[in-house]
Amino acid sequence: MLGLEKKDFTLLLIVAAMVVFAPFILNPFPEGSSLAQMFNAGYPDLMQRFAIFGILVIGFNILFGLTGYLSFGHAAFLGAGSYAAVWMFKLVGYDIIPAILLAILVSGLFSLLVGYVSLRRSGIYFSILTLALAQMMFNMAYSVLGNPSSGYNLTNGETGLQVYNSDPQIFLSATGQNFPNLLGFSMRSETHLLIGNWDFTLNAGYYLSGLLLLISFYISIRIFRSPFGLMLRAVKSNQQRLHYTGLNTRPYTLAAFVISGMYAGLAGGLLACMDPLAGAERMHWTASGEIVIMSILGGVGTLIGPILGAGFNEYFKNILSKINDSVLHEWMAFLPDGFENVMVTLIHPFVGKGWHLTLGLLFMAVIIFLPGGLVEGGQRIGKLFRRTKADKPSDETPAGKETE
Amino acid sequence: MDAIILQILNGLDKGSAYALIALGLTLIFGTLGVVNFAHGALFVIGAFCAVTLNRIFSISFETIDPTKTDFLGNPATIKTTYLEHWFGPDPAAWMTDWSVPLAILLAVPVMLLVGVIMERGLIKHFYKRPHADQILVTFGLAIVLQEVIKFFYGANPIQMAPPEVFIGTMDLGVWLGFEANAIAYPYWRLVYFLFSAVVIGAVFAFLQFTTFGMVVRAGMADRETVGLLGIDIDKRFTITFAIAATVAGIAGVMYTPITPPTYDIGVELLVLSFVVVVVGGMGSLPGAVLAGFLLGIVESFASMNEVKNILPGIDQIIVYLMAIVVILVRPRGLMGRKGVMED
Repeated sequence: MLGLEKKDFTLLLIVAAMVVFAPFILNPFPEGSSLAQMFNAGYPDLMQRFAIFGILVIGFNILFGLTGYLSFGHAAFLGAGSYAAVWMFKLVGYDIIPAILLAILVSGLFSLLVGYVSLRRSGIYFSILTLALAQMMFNMAYSVLGNPSSGYNLTNGETGLQVYNSDPQIFLSATGQNFPNLLGFSMRSETHLLIGNWDFTLNAGYYLSGLLLLISFYISIRIFRSPFGLMLRAVKSNQQRLHYTGLNTRPYTLAAFVISGMYAGLAGGLLACMDPLAGAERMHWTASGEIVIMSILGGVGTLIGPILGAGFNEYFKNILSKINDSVLHEWMAFLPDGFENVMVTLIHPFVGKGWHLTLGLLFMAVIIFLPGGLVEGGQRIGKLFRRTKADKPSDETPAGKETE
Repeated sequence: MDAIILQILNGLDKGSAYALIALGLTLIFGTLGVVNFAHGALFVIGAFCAVTLNRIFSISFETIDPTKTDFLGNPATIKTTYLEHWFGPDPAAWMTDWSVPLAILLAVPVMLLVGVIMERGLIKHFYKRPHADQILVTFGLAIVLQEVIKFFYGANPIQMAPPEVFIGTMDLGVWLGFEANAIAYPYWRLVYFLFSAVVIGAVFAFLQFTTFGMVVRAGMADRETVGLLGIDIDKRFTITFAIAATVAGIAGVMYTPITPPTYDIGVELLVLSFVVVVVGGMGSLPGAVLAGFLLGIVESFASMNEVKNILPGIDQIIVYLMAIVVILVRPRGLMGRKGVMED
């Protein structure tokens, strides 16, 4: 189906089902309960982030997963996409189609430039070069091109780029909307589905991101299975041998770099569509590091890994930052008093404002013990079950194609 | 002429910090083959050693002074620092004043320990893993270290004062035959530059003139052969790592009066230090030092108003532009050896 093998098609269907039913799956607890406040993730804001960062990491995975080139500057393309989209809102109006197209185009151009320079080197050098170039883009956005008093204020510096009433927006009157919309259908519009005590929010912005996530996922499967994808894998396994056979690998790696840059641009454009402002902090190299973290958490070089990693990272970031001391006290209430306080003091540094620490530790643990991320973890558990059940080692890898 | 000298001097202190960090990075890369993304965090740990010592010095206890009363008529309490209690008022005042340089005495053992623990506990296990894994695990470690510091010291910058003798500026211009106030330069920046020159000299002398240094240099050139000669190269490399950590740490200690330390200063410095390493040539120690000072000075020239009026904002990106040019024109860096990391 759709030019996919049966296994890949099943995977696509599973992801599609996940996207469609996410507002239900992610809202397992009834409205108003304390568990719902903590663990429900089925609200538009967060689900949009799941989908958008899913797209971003899928794109990153085409570069890092297939070619092994570790880019430490991908957030710059995300930021460039956001700026491009907001500029489209400012100049043309709140239609998202031109905004997203321009975002992809601009990020594609930037990634072409950055890729052209940094792909001259490989390994560590490549990582450092992408890091430096992205940091240069960040500096440009943050101060050089963002000085409101100069004639070329492209990014509005620290304040961030946003749409003002005085902006031209030449096509605004056509739709009369004051929020990003798709052919007049606002990204903010939502339907509430009340079933029993549950309140499910179906949000237009989320479903658009979800649809684009599915398309991106489909394209990434096609790339993984194509001769082009095979060539990229060859680069990862032994670039030198390819050189010896007289093959110039740079066009392939550059293509992969640009494709992944365009994915980042799409994600950046979508971020701007959901909330029409763009700031330079989105481009900082620590943001690039977070993209790497997401892709490692999920599983590098696997198809489903990026989506899992992005979802996992965003979800735990959200939960961990919500846990404060009073919540901890509530949870530990069953313990004897003194012990309760000790436990709260012990856990305190890792939650609330300290969620970075927990994610950092988790990230290190994954790299050290589980380099394949969640996907490898799932496979190991699957293998364990199969062994104990059938009592013999299985000769096929559990998740089949994904392991490649 | 005086403006040029002033810009060169201004570039020296930042260049010293770049050079010290880049020196450690290169030392680690040359010996262990690992790119240490946590090196910026080591600089920060050093800086916070200075903060810690300053706080230790100000720990005090309260006593009741029977001769005085406060405005409510209660007996007044006076705070005495333990330092004063133990050493007497004059030495205590001197020690508090000199707490930043004294912090080096604290930072050296702390950084050596941190370095040994990092290398033995974590990085050792990554020698055989791909480069990407090494980068990622040190990156994760950098996040963790940074967050730990943030937890203990908060996110706000902490002002640190240099010893009182070095507060203020010195009129260098008069010495060089210019008119008064043509070249005014803060004393502490000069101290920082001289200090870094001493540290750099010490590291080079250590590598050049001691047997240990000779083994390390041999290991940098050909690790396997040195191992085959029956020398325990791993132990030497652990110590090298600890030395690199210490260099970064004491660079951080002395930098605190120049920029008030926050938990995330390492992040910015690290990226620039990588650029320095790339420009200098990966694996070349003199290259790292040279490029460090060079980039510091270039950056300082770019931030002159005369330059900024022609090319606004150039000071923010000049360093990166230089790196791009060097990569395109001379991929192995200014002083890189032929064939090293040229692929």
